[in-house]
Amino acid sequence: MRGPTQRIEVTLETLLESVDLAEDITLRVATAVGFDEEQGYRIGMSVREAVINAYTYGNMQDSRRRIFVVIELLPAQMVIHVRDQGAGFRLEDVPDPLAEENLLKTSGRGLFLIRAFMDELNVTIPQSGGAEVIMTKRYPAPRKPTPAEASEA
Amino acid sequence: MDLKATNRDIGPATVVDISGRITLGEGSAALRGLVRQLLDHGRKQIVLNLADVSYIDSSGIGELVSSFTAVKKEGGELKLLNLTKKVHDLLLITKLFTVFDVHNDEQTAVSSFSS
Repeated sequence: MRGPTQRIEVTLETLLESVDLAEDITLRVATAVGFDEEQGYRIGMSVREAVINAYTYGNMQDSRRRIFVVIELLPAQMVIHVRDQGAGFRLEDVPDPLAEENLLKTSGRGLFLIRAFMDELNVTIPQSGGAEVIMTKRYPAPRKPTPAEASEA
Repeated sequence: MDLKATNRDIGPATVVDISGRITLGEGSAALRGLVRQLLDHGRKQIVLNLADVSYIDSSGIGELVSSFTAVKKEGGELKLLNLTKKVHDLLLITKLFTVFDVHNDEQTAVSSFSS
């Protein structure tokens, strides 16, 4: 368990470079709070995919629009919000990329990967508009001390 | 690191050694360009050696699928060689492992073309 909630907010331009930037920032935060390399990769890629969605489908590559990323470090989990300024969408309307008829489609796997890599995924349409992708990852369980470490404590 | 690729012709087959990232933007576009170029030159038996591909995202996966279908449409075959664990796992969870012909040995991959 961590201490009080910490919050990191980043506003990104709708640029291709923002995809790498969002992933890089998230990866650094994930590493700093104790996620290992594999989990960091999964969290970073999830944010990457959410920002790709915002860049491509939400903001339609319109450079006047912004992408808002918020990373919340809660006591037991990391919650990441990625919001765009597009029309919004509902998660249940997104086609299943594993369906036979979609297997050879060249897009539509981003949200599926987020769902596979994170503990929770939600999409909301906030009052301010756009789509807000909300991803949650629980912190790794703290390692139990060895008997020797326990006796020293 | 951006995507880099070098081609080696082995009989009718072409092995493309790819390194770097296949991601949204330049990486995906570069892969698309090199496959189109091979098809334009009549090279339709293509092996993508992904041993040095450090990272791939959903756009890169989409580009692999696009390349696969483009080669197939021209009557050729595209095979994948030497997947890293990350790429292997991504193809597994997206069920594309069942779509692509994946090899761990170059000679086997090259000799596996149907004609």
